[in-house]
Amino acid sequence: AAKGCGGVWRRAWRRGAGGPSPALCGQRAVACNAGGGAVPAGKSGLAPWVPVVGLEIHAQISSNTKLFSGSQVKFAAPPNSLVSFFDASLPGTLPVLNRRCVEAAVMTGLALNCSINKKSLFDRKHYFYADLPAGYQITQQRVPIAVNGSLSYSFCIDNKMSQIVTKTVRIKQIQLEQDSGKSLHDDTRSQTLVDLNRAGVGLMEVVMEPDMCCGEEAAAAVRELQLILQTLGSSQAVMAEGQLRVDANVSVHHPGEPYGVRTEVKNINSIRFLAKAVDYEVQRQIEELESGGTVLNETRAFDSKLGCTVPMRDKEGKQDYRFMPEPNLPPLILYDAKSLPANMNHQQVVNIDWIHERLPDLPSVKRAKLVEWYGILPEHSFTLLNEDGLAEFFENVVKQTQMKPKKVIGWILNDLLSYLKQHSLTVKESPISSFLLADFLNLLEKKEISSTAAKQVLAELWKGGGKTPLEIVKEKKLELIQDQKELEQICQTVIDGHKSE
Amino acid sequence: QTVTVTVLDHLERLALVDFRDAEGVERLQKAIQFADQLHEVNTDGVEPMDSVLEDRCLYLREDDVTEGNCMNELLKNAKEKVEEYFVAPPGNIPLPKLEERDTFLQ
Repeated sequence: AAKGCGGVWRRAWRRGAGGPSPALCGQRAVACNAGGGAVPAGKSGLAPWVPVVGLEIHAQISSNTKLFSGSQVKFAAPPNSLVSFFDASLPGTLPVLNRRCVEAAVMTGLALNCSINKKSLFDRKHYFYADLPAGYQITQQRVPIAVNGSLSYSFCIDNKMSQIVTKTVRIKQIQLEQDSGKSLHDDTRSQTLVDLNRAGVGLMEVVMEPDMCCGEEAAAAVRELQLILQTLGSSQAVMAEGQLRVDANVSVHHPGEPYGVRTEVKNINSIRFLAKAVDYEVQRQIEELESGGTVLNETRAFDSKLGCTVPMRDKEGKQDYRFMPEPNLPPLILYDAKSLPANMNHQQVVNIDWIHERLPDLPSVKRAKLVEWYGILPEHSFTLLNEDGLAEFFENVVKQTQMKPKKVIGWILNDLLSYLKQHSLTVKESPISSFLLADFLNLLEKKEISSTAAKQVLAELWKGGGKTPLEIVKEKKLELIQDQKELEQICQTVIDGHKSE
Repeated sequence: QTVTVTVLDHLERLALVDFRDAEGVERLQKAIQFADQLHEVNTDGVEPMDSVLEDRCLYLREDDVTEGNCMNELLKNAKEKVEEYFVAPPGNIPLPKLEERDTFLQ
């Protein structure tokens, strides 16, 4: 189980010859100090290490069409069917910026407390690859659309959900850029098949400063960013569909010494794997350095099956991207209430203040409201927001039941959620609706059934079938007897039956 | 100040241009000299111009689908194709090292 990280690692006491021991693959074997700050060399006698983790996150913008062309953005369409002449880089075509993509980037920048650059520029980043037909990617290297933001994220120490740690990571910048096409490697025929459906789709690259120190922090930060993007609607941020891609930059050094050489880790396909990949790489670097080796400034791929990072082919040596201004695009000018020009066409104006006013409640605000309105614990609010639709379900139940929210939350988190998890169901797929659950809780609250009977009713409700809790109770004769005389009679019968004892 | 062979090799590798012969290199040399004249201008306190379009308005397009769906036309350009995919070599084929290339730069 992952533990809270205080920022300093001790060398794992398990040594393996040449590279991290297999036991470390996929599992963090080093205990972290949860206090934060350097730990003096103690029992092991070895100098402590400070891992440094930075993230580059690419989020696909949720829009109908691509960043610079009017071809459709859609997952899983016939190959090369969503490709315009511009996307295929045919001569004579020019980029035309999609307004929706600009708005998505501004929303995201505002949500991450960034300064929005009222003037930002586009550049060309040159490199050769089969899925980049132009031979360059249009990006924002010199002056991106948003800079200097921050993201607060939380995670639990000790996995007990009782101690929540909140940290902040600085956002260096957010830039708009094009996605590349997809390469399918056919090793048997020694060729690559290229599908340009994804070429030109709008991306927001979110660059996080190296303020994190372990896989758990990186994972928590990305999870919070994912929730924010989904709340804004600027990206659906589903990692499995490639809408959210994370590259990790990892290095280690001794406290007080300069930063170590960093490696870039790619091919991380889930938040869980992100934590594993980062922790593995930290451990690999520590072991390499402690056995007298060096860390190369290279790009490595995460192998999820083995739980290890391996050097990536085609990425040898440092790249020279020959950045140059994109000659076909003027600067992107954004306005606010003060600078709004009087006579300009609405369609041509992106107003930062207008967007700011319409930002939805971010996850952190939603959590605070849930805690304040319902008196639930902060860690409960995290779980509610972590599961798609769960917070809404909870609020619907509370509306329809007399049971206090503090009691309802127990049923939601312990009974409902664990059942859904066990059966790999989403909240939307729940056999019990919020209405039925509220009904059920009302029976309990009015003391019409005992808690033992309640478990039976619940089990029956899970089967689906549309029966109401009351119908189940009547069918199985589980009603609690309230009548005094009836109770006396039953007791008397029991006593009579044991007269002999 | 001449352009070194190292730089020329680097450029050939990055941009896949072929300087071909002394005339090609000389042309590059002259282009650099021409551009170097910019250094003669005092630009203290002047904002750099990054585009002749800097005073133009960047047109913003509405997010409506207007293009795509022309796979057959696009694939006509493909030297090789498999079903509806373009075919490319398994990976980048890097330019051979300077010593191993048949080039004027040698």
